[in-house]
Amino acid sequence: MSLIAFWGAVELGLVYAFVALGVYLAFRVLDFPDLTVDGSFPLGAAVTAVLIVAGVNPWLAALVAMLAGATAGVVTAMLNVRFRILNLLASILTMIALFSVNLRVMGKPNVALINADTMISPFFGLGLRDYLVRPLFVGVLAVIALILVWRFLESDAGLAMRATGANARMARAQGVNTDRQIYLGMALSNALVALGGALFAQTNGFADVTSGIGTIVVGLAAVIIGETLFGARTLLFALIGCVIGSILYRIAIQLALSIDGIGLQASDLNFVTAVLVTVALVLPRLRKGRA
Amino acid sequence: MRALILALAASAALILPAKAADVSVAVTAIVEHPALDAVRDGVKDALAAAGYKEGENLKFTYQSAQGNPATAAQIARQFAGDGPDVIVPISTPSAQAVVSATHDIPVVFTAVSDPLGAQLIKNMDKPGGNVTGLSDMSPVAEHVALIKEILPSAKTIGFLYNSGEANSVSLLAVLKVEAEKAGLKIVESAATKSADVQGAARALVGRADAIYVPTDNTIISALEGAVTVAGEAKLPLFTADTDSVARGSLAALGFNYYDVGKQTGDVVVRVLKGENVGDIPVKVAVGTDLVVNKQAAAAMGVALPEAVLKRATKIIE
Repeated sequence: MSLIAFWGAVELGLVYAFVALGVYLAFRVLDFPDLTVDGSFPLGAAVTAVLIVAGVNPWLAALVAMLAGATAGVVTAMLNVRFRILNLLASILTMIALFSVNLRVMGKPNVALINADTMISPFFGLGLRDYLVRPLFVGVLAVIALILVWRFLESDAGLAMRATGANARMARAQGVNTDRQIYLGMALSNALVALGGALFAQTNGFADVTSGIGTIVVGLAAVIIGETLFGARTLLFALIGCVIGSILYRIAIQLALSIDGIGLQASDLNFVTAVLVTVALVLPRLRKGRA
Repeated sequence: MRALILALAASAALILPAKAADVSVAVTAIVEHPALDAVRDGVKDALAAAGYKEGENLKFTYQSAQGNPATAAQIARQFAGDGPDVIVPISTPSAQAVVSATHDIPVVFTAVSDPLGAQLIKNMDKPGGNVTGLSDMSPVAEHVALIKEILPSAKTIGFLYNSGEANSVSLLAVLKVEAEKAGLKIVESAATKSADVQGAARALVGRADAIYVPTDNTIISALEGAVTVAGEAKLPLFTADTDSVARGSLAALGFNYYDVGKQTGDVVVRVLKGENVGDIPVKVAVGTDLVVNKQAAAAMGVALPEAVLKRATKIIE
């Protein structure tokens, strides 16, 4: 694996760390199996790309992308809370609808940003190599997001959200408005995922409507890799685990791409990735079992 | 790093006996798919014809993103780090990922309908920078003319496509213009995954006098589903690429994807021979094959005009 490939994997892992943090909020904190992310990731990419092409400041474009993602989360929450549709199905409905919404937003399936100024453009040419600038930039943002999510979950408002996910009945008995917590949590989660999409579009030069496929799988894999390797002893550990898990997942793909010569074909990529991730998940457990 | 490798290579050349220069070409596609695989094979064969043979003096790498643009971005970084002599990305998202990943390695993209819209290049005649390539924009006007020739009474063409594919949407825009010139109406039917193709074809029954399938990865992957509907409903089905005629489409005119790959490979050879990438104009793939399928014509209730049969370069019985 070359340096460029390694740092490329780290960069993509950091972009998807936003997805992992969002998925953590939905699945682990709120206990809400949310597939909206397959739609809100490309939604974030679409909104940011269209706005940048229209001449809007890229930071503002990313902010609007987050708002769009939050709106998608609110729609899922509304289908679930207000109309009593099963949470999983509610999120699937939003996800399906978002495919069409994303095509409407962009007006076509693919919007290019290769020649546009993005959030990261000012940082090129400051002396660091391009392949280091991108992961550093996204990494700083990811750390800020991690700290904000952590501070939020440790606050009173965050405690109410965690109580809602842990035991909704008891939370209600303590005076927590659990419906409002679901709205807030889904909005936050999908805003993070959409920001991930916005960063993907800005660092890779395009928004494509197909880029949402499998987002939930990547997010969940990152969360679980993180939990397995770091444990979920404290909240902070779990959140750091999300970020590291996301990076490790990308490195697994990069390794799968680099392996050749043992009869593997290009089409085996997904299988090899799955095997590598499985090994990462099983190895620590085996060691524990022996000790 | 590159300088170091070059220095090592130079010193090796001094020590070792002279040997044909080894070159490396890295190819990536967004997904495995009959047309895109044919492009890859065409590139490989064109290289072989020019004397670059895999395993001898050519290192040929191929990666597929398995349909995922994030993986395409990773493959692009992988290739940028490996530093091959030429990178050949197949399809729009793969090309965008590669072009944003490297500014120095020569890139020859292919199977991109609208390279200007995809911002791969700024100028078709003189692309500049490290990028050139081949557009697979179909000769849509000629396709419309062929449909009119075979079906003079047709009024409406059904466009079967995946609304999520950039190539197909740019083709739709061109088709609308050409159809209006020819006095035809277009109705659209979209399938967003291969499992939906048969249903989307069925949605055109009764609304269109013919189905036109563009060079769409999703539809071509599941073409048999659409062909079945066309046979059941006696609805003539045309494709843009000539490969698909053998799979049951009535007729097609122009290039097939293997040709696109070969023409791409020729450009790659020019780059390997030392031509400056940015000086090579971006061309549109060419081909003049007319392929017709008599069996499909019978199934779809179409009598092929004598003139078409005479002009056909290939007739599938």
